[in-house]
Amino acid sequence: MSEQRSMLSEPVIREIEKWIKRYPPEKKCSAVIPALHAVQRDNGGWLTTELMDAVADYLGMARIAVYEVGTFYSMFVHEPTGRHKINVCTNVSCMLCGSDEIVAHLQRRLGIKLGETTADNKFTLREVECLAACGGAPMMQVDRAYYENLTPEKIDEILDGMME
Amino acid sequence: MVTIEIDGQKLEAESGAMLIEVADKAGIYIPRFCYHEKLSIAANCRMCLVEVEKAPKPLPACATPVMEGMTVHTKSPKALAAQRGTMEFLLINHPLDCPICDQGGECDLQETAMGYGGDSSEYTDAKRVVKDKNLGSLISTDMTRCIHCTRCVRFGQEIAGIMELGATGRGEHMEIGTYVEKSIDSELSGNMIDLCPVGALTSKPFRYTSRPWELSATETIAPHDCLGSNIVLHNRFDKIKRALPRDNEDINECWISDRDRFSYQGLSNDRLLQPMIKERGVWQEVDWETALTKVAQSFDTIREQHGANQIGALLSPSSTLEESFLLQKLVRDLGSSNVDHRMRQLDFSADDTAPVYPSLGIKIRELDQLDAALLVGSNIRKEQPIAGHRLRKAALAGAKVSLVNGLDYELSFSAAETIIVSPSCYASELAGIAKALLEKGASAPGGIANLVNGVTVSQPQRTIAQQLSDGDKSAVILGTQLLHHHDYATIRALAIAIAKMSHSSLGALTDGANSSGAWLAGAVPHRVVDGVAASRVGLNTQQMLTQGLRSYILLGIEPEFDVINAQQAISALSHAELTVMLSAYVSDTMREYADVLLPIGAFSETSGTFVNIEGNWQSFTGSVPPPGEARPAWKVLRVLGNLCQVEGFDYTSSEEVRDEVARMTTDSPDLLGGWRCPAELKTGGGEVYTVSDVPMYAVDAIVRRASALQNTVDAKNTQAASMNSRCAEKHGLTDANQVRLSASGVEISLPLRINERVADNCVYVPAAVSATMMYDFSQQAVQIQR
Ligand code: SF4
Ligand code: FES
Ligand code: FES
Repeated sequence: MSEQRSMLSEPVIREIEKWIKRYPPEKKCSAVIPALHAVQRDNGGWLTTELMDAVADYLGMARIAVYEVGTFYSMFVHEPTGRHKINVCTNVSCMLCGSDEIVAHLQRRLGIKLGETTADNKFTLREVECLAACGGAPMMQVDRAYYENLTPEKIDEILDGMME
Repeated sequence: MVTIEIDGQKLEAESGAMLIEVADKAGIYIPRFCYHEKLSIAANCRMCLVEVEKAPKPLPACATPVMEGMTVHTKSPKALAAQRGTMEFLLINHPLDCPICDQGGECDLQETAMGYGGDSSEYTDAKRVVKDKNLGSLISTDMTRCIHCTRCVRFGQEIAGIMELGATGRGEHMEIGTYVEKSIDSELSGNMIDLCPVGALTSKPFRYTSRPWELSATETIAPHDCLGSNIVLHNRFDKIKRALPRDNEDINECWISDRDRFSYQGLSNDRLLQPMIKERGVWQEVDWETALTKVAQSFDTIREQHGANQIGALLSPSSTLEESFLLQKLVRDLGSSNVDHRMRQLDFSADDTAPVYPSLGIKIRELDQLDAALLVGSNIRKEQPIAGHRLRKAALAGAKVSLVNGLDYELSFSAAETIIVSPSCYASELAGIAKALLEKGASAPGGIANLVNGVTVSQPQRTIAQQLSDGDKSAVILGTQLLHHHDYATIRALAIAIAKMSHSSLGALTDGANSSGAWLAGAVPHRVVDGVAASRVGLNTQQMLTQGLRSYILLGIEPEFDVINAQQAISALSHAELTVMLSAYVSDTMREYADVLLPIGAFSETSGTFVNIEGNWQSFTGSVPPPGEARPAWKVLRVLGNLCQVEGFDYTSSEEVRDEVARMTTDSPDLLGGWRCPAELKTGGGEVYTVSDVPMYAVDAIVRRASALQNTVDAKNTQAASMNSRCAEKHGLTDANQVRLSASGVEISLPLRINERVADNCVYVPAAVSATMMYDFSQQAVQIQR
């Protein structure tokens, strides 16, 4: 256990401790999401199984319970990614409003398939489940920003804006 | 209470109860997958949708609390349409592979689809496919069939107490699994197979061996621990194919341990099939008459030449009540009183004050309701998994469960206090707790105040004393390992004192399935049936083996594993003129020391009774006939009795034997026993002591031969010694991976692991496994060498 704990850097531990304080002592596990965020940021944007284990041990949780959280939310990533993450929703509402076309256009424009990263390591394209923006379907998320009511033109505009 | 109406039936219901519970109680079936009465409510499968008047949409019966005046329709067109719709969705991704699925014929999904589904689907796209997982030797997976009910996940979290399976990913990508390659190691894991409503989790050993409708079922009692879990054995062509739990809320609820579920595999290996006699060192197969006549004649000769007290009987604590009774009756009628079932006990000095039979002191179901408990020398989770589960329930509800052990066993709940010390210090730890109670003003049984006079109380001891006396329902429980302790009488006396002073119950968890029954049946040297003092006191196991008798009759044991000092046992048996073994198994070692081998039926092949730790007599019938020439042991003993010309061996059924014992027993036996204050408190010197237990999958001959159980992590972990790093350093073993241990001149060498959970100055040595077979577990102090 002590070995794994050392996988977490000092600043990460400090950050996790800050979150733990917000919850009752027997509910330490409530800090799991911010803890994973902190660890992911510290690790250059992605999580490894060992890092999730370290979080589990630190918070006294079953490891599998941390894997559940880590794999449920699309903001947690399990392999090295490009600098920008593009998450396209393909759930029902978005699908009915044309997310297939959005995905096709993104793939064409970036020259990669879903789940891949561009050769210049700039973009990673991912398919995600509902991001609770169904009212603006079809939608995508680029890093932290939501873009709604997408059309191929609008996508070009967004990507062009990021090309500089 | 509220009044509701389901399908036109007026029902009274507990307010707050879910609709599905109320319907179940009234015998109205609502289809379900995720709901299970022993698990938390997940409401994720939606199969239980019903129509509730005034609700705009169908509601899930498993997650809808009843309310006054509710009117519910479970079979209205609206309800049926909702159920059919759910069924169609569930089948979208479920393969239609019933013909090759092991669950076929007992699949909830198959049955529910028949009863509530449509006859065709509008879905035409590809189905999703999920990779299978390797979960170890007990559970087989076909994860494409999983319907994500999460029963297995909830079972791990809520019942087993270790979460091993989880739901990773999301939506279309959600998968049930371990995420990393890992076996499922819970001692209760097989219950997930029963819980899984589809063929996603199935039994690996049973896989592809039978269809459920080809099996015949017999209800019986699990033979591996003192709980007596209720099981059903399924057989086909006279071969046991699997074991499943039977509901019994008072004992095992709807669960059983993996040991009870998978041990049946051990019923088909190494069986002794024919009576055999060794003539001048050569084994010959003979018929029953020849074999039994030879035994009767030899006993006669021994009696004439050396006296009847040269006959000794040793039997397994898992022999049935009937077998135990007949064996002790036979030996006693032959004129000897040397009979014992306590194969691992060392200290017999409390025999005269022992209760009529060892008991838990409370009902098994009361374990759940304890407020505080103290366990001494127990790995309850692995030794009696169902009792462990019940204690976990108490702990989750807030009970303070504390332990005094030589090894800090991994529990499925968090303990209030854990005192990890060398077994040589158990007595002084308990003395400290007794002292703390005395200081609180409790009145102690005679002599205790003097005994604990010089003891200083530690903080953990004080806390435990406080918790026990605070608890409304509190219990002191002596674990199975404690019954094998050197200083058992002293520790037991201290436990009695603690229980009295803190108003707790006192109980024990015993070896085998029928220790209580063996005591009751008189299979101890100093008492006959029902605890009545024997007119002639015979020798106990240790005395019989150390003194060396001219003849032994053994029932259901493998001395090399089951007796605490195997070396001694084997030497005594080999030197005897006659060693008769009634055994279901045969091994090369047995062929060396035995002279007559008589094949008997295992628990599944005989009728009989086990008396469990709460004193419950549970009778069962044989499921299949014994293989080859083997016969139920009670019949063998009956014929042997007749051949030995002793009176009263004319039983025609095991029930007759049982009823005779029952007639001799009283309704309210003394389960407390007498009081004698120990003369002194011994404390260990500077030596290294052995901490040992009988690992879960080594408890008896059947389990030791059950291949899937032997391939679990639990079984594989038991072939090594362990000690903490301080102890290793002290003996220059920090970098050693092998260690030599010697006690009373016997040396064994086995792999060494460093384990910080072992108490200081101790080495943990697993008993009853091949690696330590010859080790003398009757010696506590041990020499350690590289
Ligand atoms: S494996 Fe079985 S029990 Fe577990 S979630 Fe899937 S269907 Fe349910
Ligand atoms: S379905 Fe796409 S955001 Fe909800
Ligand atoms: S049984 Fe009610 S939702 Fe599954």
